[in-house]
This record gives sequence, C-alpha cells and structure tokens, in this order.
Amino acid sequence: MPNGSRELILQRIRRALSVKSPARHLAGAAAAPSGHKPQDWLPPVPSSLADRIALFEKNSLELKTEVRRCADASGAAVELASLARENHWQSVGSHHFALGNEAVSALGLPAVFTDHPYETAELERCDAGISGCDCLVAQTGGILVTSASAGGRVLSVLPPHHVVIASTGQLVGDLADAFSHLRKSHDDVPAFASFITGPSRTGDIERILVLGAHGPKKLTVLLVQG
Amino acid sequence: MSTESAQFHRDADRLTHDLRHRAWIQKALGGYYIKRDEQKAKYTDWQQARASAAAAKYEAVNHLDKYLSELSDKLAARGTKVFWAADGAEAADYIASVARDAGVKRIIKSKTMTGEEIHLPQALEKAGFEVVESDLGEFIVQLRGEPPYHIVFPSMHLTRGQIDDTFQKKLGSAHAETPEELTMIARGLMRQKYCEADMGISGANFAVAETGHISVTENEGNARLSTSLPDVLVSIVGIEKVVPKLDDLAVLLPMLATAGAAQNMTCYNTLLGGPRQPGETDGPREFHVVLLDNRRTALLADPEQRDALHCIRCGACLNVCPIFKNIGGHSYGTTYQGPIGSVITPHLRGLQSWKHLSFASSLCGACGEACPVKIDLHHHLLQNRRNAIAENPVWWEMPIFAGFAWFMRRPGLYRFAAPLLRLAGPLLHAIRGKDIDPMSLWTRTRDLPPAPPQSFKEYWRGRNAKR
Amino acid sequence: MSGLFPVKITLFIPCFIDQYYPGAGIGMVRVLEKLGHTVEYPESQTCCGQPAFNSGYWDEARSVAETMLDAFRDAEVVVGVSGSCGAMLKVFYPELFHGRPREAEAKALAAKTHEFSSFLVNVLGVGDLGASFPAKATFHDGCHGLRELGIKREPRDLLKHVRGLELVEMKEAETCCGFGGTFAVKFPEISTAMGEVKCASILETGADLVISNDSSCLMQIQGLFDRQGQNIKSMHLAEVLAHF
Repeated sequence: MPNGSRELILQRIRRALSVKSPARHLAGAAAAPSGHKPQDWLPPVPSSLADRIALFEKNSLELKTEVRRCADASGAAVELASLARENHWQSVGSHHFALGNEAVSALGLPAVFTDHPYETAELERCDAGISGCDCLVAQTGGILVTSASAGGRVLSVLPPHHVVIASTGQLVGDLADAFSHLRKSHDDVPAFASFITGPSRTGDIERILVLGAHGPKKLTVLLVQG
Repeated sequence: MSTESAQFHRDADRLTHDLRHRAWIQKALGGYYIKRDEQKAKYTDWQQARASAAAAKYEAVNHLDKYLSELSDKLAARGTKVFWAADGAEAADYIASVARDAGVKRIIKSKTMTGEEIHLPQALEKAGFEVVESDLGEFIVQLRGEPPYHIVFPSMHLTRGQIDDTFQKKLGSAHAETPEELTMIARGLMRQKYCEADMGISGANFAVAETGHISVTENEGNARLSTSLPDVLVSIVGIEKVVPKLDDLAVLLPMLATAGAAQNMTCYNTLLGGPRQPGETDGPREFHVVLLDNRRTALLADPEQRDALHCIRCGACLNVCPIFKNIGGHSYGTTYQGPIGSVITPHLRGLQSWKHLSFASSLCGACGEACPVKIDLHHHLLQNRRNAIAENPVWWEMPIFAGFAWFMRRPGLYRFAAPLLRLAGPLLHAIRGKDIDPMSLWTRTRDLPPAPPQSFKEYWRGRNAKR
Repeated sequence: MSGLFPVKITLFIPCFIDQYYPGAGIGMVRVLEKLGHTVEYPESQTCCGQPAFNSGYWDEARSVAETMLDAFRDAEVVVGVSGSCGAMLKVFYPELFHGRPREAEAKALAAKTHEFSSFLVNVLGVGDLGASFPAKATFHDGCHGLRELGIKREPRDLLKHVRGLELVEMKEAETCCGFGGTFAVKFPEISTAMGEVKCASILETGADLVISNDSSCLMQIQGLFDRQGQNIKSMHLAEVLAHF
C-alpha cells in the first residue's frame, strides 16, 4: 500500500480518543491570564531597535557568534575582505544577494555560486560560505535562513566559516515574529527553513564544549545599518 | 520476576557499587542545574510557559487524527512521500525498500531515538546497507557496540581516554588528548561520509500540522548535513510528535533547549517540508516521512496516561532523576531511559515484563517538576504499579498487604499488638545483618533506629491519665 | 507571638511516627498547646495506607484509608507531622477514592488536612515560637512535602526564629534521600546510593544536625550516618520548635 497503514492507525486513534482524558493536572493551562500569547512567557524582548540590536549582540557574544557592525554595503565589503585576510581564505561559496554581491566580487577569490547547479565537492573545499538570511532574531541571537535567502540548504552549513551579511532592518524580536515573517514573505512556508543560533557545537565528550562539531566552527554576522 | 527485571536488578546493583561511575555521572550532570536555573530565570514566567507548552501538546494529542491527517496532506502537497507504519517492522521494511529502489549503498544517519526504538540501523545493516551515525555521541557508542546512555547525551558515561582508545582501535586514528582533538577526528571522517552518502535518515522533534513540516533540533549540524546532501532523505517520526501550529514552536523550541541542555536555544532548528522544490539547487530529490505508531496508540488509549505522549524528548527528567544518576542509562536496558522511559516502556513493550522500571523509583517527583510539557510522570509510575498488580498480583505480596489491611483496620488490635512488635527491637538489633535478619534488606547498609521508650499512643494515654 | 483564636486541632499521627518517632508528634502537641489551641487525638487512627498504595495494592490501601476517613470524620482541621503521609491524605486520597463510594469524604478530608509547618505559617500566621536550640543545622526537604504539598519556605521561616540555631543550606537539599517507603527495601542498593549522596551533601555543610519535616527521611539519613560512624544528629522540625 502506498501510504502504509494510514486507515488502520487513524482508526486506532479515533477509538483511543473516544474516551476523554481527565488532564486534571493541566487545569493550570486554562487558568492562564487572558490576553496573553504563549510567547509572552519567554525571556522578554525589548521593543526599540537599538535595544534589540544590543540583545542580539549580547546573545551572540555568549554563543561565540562574531558580530561586526558596518555602515553600509561597502563597509560590509571592507569587513569581508578583512575576514578573508585574517582567516586566509583561498576560495569561498556564495550566492547572489543584494547585500553581498559587491562584497563577494570585491574579494577577488574563486567562488562557487550555489544559486546555480554546483558540485558538492567544490563547495566542500571552500574556506567560507557567505550568505544572506531571512531575518535575525534578537531573543535568541539566531539567524533564520531559507533556500532563497541563503543560497540553498548546504551553503550555510558545509564550509567551516559561515558569514551572514544582514541589515539591522532584518532584526525581529522573537521566534513568533520570525514565523510571521516567513509566512508573509513566501506564498507557502518554504520546504526548508533553519534557525542558526551560533557556530556548530557539541558537549558529547565529557560535557566539554567544542565548536565546529560538523557544521561551521566560526559564524560571523556583518550587520549593516539600515 | 521477568528476565528484564532480573537483568535490571543485576545492572543497578553493579552500577550503584561503581563509585567512580556514580561520581562521573553526578559531575556530568552537576553543572546542568545551575545553568538551567539561570536560563529559567530569564523567562518572564517559566510556569506559564510550561502551561502553554502543555496546552499545545494536549490539543495535538487529543485531536491526533485530525492533526496527523493535516500534516500528512500538507507534506504530500510539496512532493513528500508519507508512509504510515503501524509498527517498527513495517517502518524498517519500507525504509529498506526505499533504499533498494533508489540503489542506495551508503546511509548516513542523524540522531533519532525513534530509529533506535525500532532497531532501524541494525535492520538496514542486515539488509546490506552501510549505516554511519553522524551524531558524535551516537557515533562513539556505535563504534563501541554500546546502546546510547542518555536520550540526549549518548556518550556522557565515557572519558576522553576511553573515546581516544576506541578511535585508535576502530578508526586507526592517532592518539588524541583533548575533546577538541577527538571531535575534529570525527568531523574529518564525517565530512567524507556526508558527501558520499546516497541516503540520509533523520528523526524529528516536532511535526507541524498547520504548515506540513517536521522540525529537527540539534547542536552539531550533522542533521542539517544529513538532510541536505544525500539524494534521498527518510525521516522517521513518532505520531505523537505532531503540534497543531507553527507558532507553537515559538515556545516549544526554546523550552526544549532550556530543559534539555540549559541552553537559550539549540544551535540548529530546521523545518523540513518537502524534497528539493522548483527553484532550489540542492536538497534531497526524494523526501519520505515515516509516521510511526508502534503502540503509541495503546498509550493514547489510556486516558490517565495519555499525556505521556506530550514528551518532547528533552531529557530533563533524566537529568534530575536521582535514580538515573545512581544507576546510569544502560541499566534501564531499553531505548528510553529515566522517568519517561519508566513510564512509557511498560506501555510500548509490555506491562508485566517492564513494570520493574515503574517500581524502581522513590516517587520523589523531581521529574514531573522538571518536565516542560507538564507530564504527570511520577503519578504515572504509581498508576503503572496499580495496573501491573491489578493484572497480576505478586503471590507473596498479596497475603502481606491483605494482612496489613486487616490489621490496620482494627485499631484495638493495633493498640495491643504494636508494643509487642516494638519489643522485638532489641532482638532484631542482635541479629542485625545476619542471614536470619528479616530486616536485612535495610540493615545490610543502614542501622535501624532504637525503639523509643513509648509510642505516641502510650504518651497520649499517659497524659490523659494525668489530667 | 501571634496566632488565630484558639482552634480545635485534630492530630494526625502516622503509624511510623506513633511507633518510632513519637517525639515529632509530642513536639507538635507542645507547640500547638503553647499557642493556645486545643488538640484532640482520635485513637482509632492507625495507618494512612501508603505502603499498600505505593506497591500498587489500591484496594487494600483504600480499605485502610477508610479507617482514617472514619477517625477524622468530625474533625474541623487535621494537622500531621509527616510530609509523605500528609500528601497521602491531601493529594492521593481523592485519587484513591475517585469514582468510588466515600469520594466526597475523601475530598473533604484532603481539604481540611495540613502539614505542621504549613499549618503554622500559612493558616495560623505564626513565625517566632520562642524556641531556642543552639546548633549548626541544615534542612532536608522531604520530597512529598516539597513537591506534592509545595512546602519549602515554611520550615525555614520557622527555623530562622529559633535562637542559637545557625541554618546552612546543603547543595542537595531538594534531592531525594532514597527512602521512598517500600522502595528502600525493594531496591536497597539504589536507595543506599541515593542516601549516600544526601549524607555527603550534609557533611559538606559542616552541620552537626540535620532537620526535616519527614521522619521517614531521617530514618534513612540517620541509619546511614550511624553505619558510617558519623556523629551527626537528626531531629524532626517539630522537636526543634518545641524547645522553649
């Protein structure tokens, strides 16, 4: 059968649910103060842009995400060139996006563009992946990417250094805001979307933090004014 | 006593005497409380957040047919193949057939406890496929031929020395001193595997009915890579993972991070809703979602314990459980350890064979207190006990409790007999620790208190006589 | 010292306290009478039924619990010195009698039952009882009292007024001591391991005395300390507060 035991399982579920669950211990949920949304209970998010930027930077510091402020797209190009020198990049992966086009071409490095068909093996050899994003999330210090905004599903995770070029106008308060943005900016929520919150990490060995477990060891956000 | 129960007793006894192991686990989980409390303190109201998270899961689980159908249809609309598996065998067979049809040779897997539950890696290896674990902790225990130790931290019981030893033996790698060096060895190996793999397998932490996505949470990035690079992707998802709305994740994702690992937010939280879409240049060309029952509907049918299906597999209950911290994860002998495992395993694998997990608890309630989705864990342990006894009372306990009830219903007899029992105190003290000592289960390791000169009832009668 | 107008208080003395730790009950009597209240003690109470309940024998637990429903039928307010037995009456009796005859009585008993420290602080509104007990002590939170009855602040609010008492918190104050009723003899190895963690935490504080609102926990802790040859004493909260 193509979809397996769909009807059987649905039947079992309906039979099971024919008896209501008392859930006495969940009475508290009903007693929640009205007029509040669930996300109101999360860590508070300030409302001004300046405060949100400060929160994003504070979170990034804890996560070991590097944030560099840039006055404009040209400023970002200068920072990107610095990064390339500091980290001895020999080739980069990227895609075509407004904030990045100038910066990436100014690098003068061989580049694999993932918004056309590309060879995984070539991207794997790149020292950095430079992408845009859908939005930045102040509450978590996170970056929301989709295929359209970040050059596909792989660019933002395969090269060992991920650089995001974003503008302060892309900063939203919390995850609910990010979901709202996803809905508004695409007809259908895309088939791929990912929140990136810091460089890749693991604590699997003796609970000691190690960065760069599989995904990027370094994450840099070039935050452009506007 | 079932064989599983006998094995549990043996393993628990052995581990509780292993002071090095106990100290190691206490240390490993020691930092968790402090950091978790710091995280919780940042919340505007942690208890209200729990109530909201519980409400979202309650809605999902109590309308499971509606939300699963919605999920399935929305996924399918983007070209996802959705397969409903009644049990583990059906799921494993389907996944193997997907691999065969696609000419797959090499499979890379990211962490999925649901996959562990149905022994998926073993089934696929038996069918002739190479299966590599990409999660670092899972990779390490796979090399050692051990099951995962904790649902979130599979290798927390191992020292760097043990891991180095394993890597040298199994991978032929050079000696490595630090966790960083060891991690880089695994990273280097995995990069090749990601690029070579024909198929990726993942699990899911949540599945959003409203928009038709599964949600995968991880810190390492191995799931991002396993689900993006290979041409074929299969995600195995327990049916209870469904949540009604995308916005529910706005609360559930941070709470999963806080409760599970004392983080603000886990490093990668990825929504996957379909194979490579028109306009995408990468991603799997085939995306299969396997929705697994495997006796979850049996748990659903227990209205008292239905909320055990709220579980988001954060591991918080393991982290706070004093039983877990003293016997370790392997003693449980089953996929799901700790309090949640003790609650659901009797339902998933048989009450009589697995009831001992529900009995091996002091019912301290730390688990229920820690659970971000308000599962009434410790009370479910009591309910499992009641159900197990109702089905099959223990032959030598029956007369004891019948006698207990008979005696305690007779206050006059109690008043008469209790002092006599207390007089036996000195006698018990004399045979303490010896084979004939009926209290030996206590006195092997602990002293008994001396009997007081008078009981409360005697004191009360004495003072009334004075008045 | 404040208190409400004298109340008739019905004492709940669990079988355990009656037989092995009457001092806790006697302490409670002394404190309540000092506050000017009348105490009564129905002698027909025996056991709350928890051992059978925890072992899964709910029918037997229920039949024992009925004795308690009878004993406390006419009580206005019931006060007990055990967090675990108090939780049995307050939290688990409604569960035990759910959908059964006498459910209403079980709920009524649950509603009028209080644990001793909670009664003093939350119902009578008292803090300073005029007690004095010079010692360096740490407080162990019995799990049922803590998590089923929400008692945390109350014992500490009372102890802070005890003259000469230096109260230090242990790291593992809220960690289960490992007694757990029948668990202590069904899984003695695990129980002992848990107790060892608790005892180590107590020792770390440098206290000479461990106080709790649950005597069953103290039996476990003292039993281990005695076996280890440690010179640490244990007392029930009520016994400490009765030193005036």
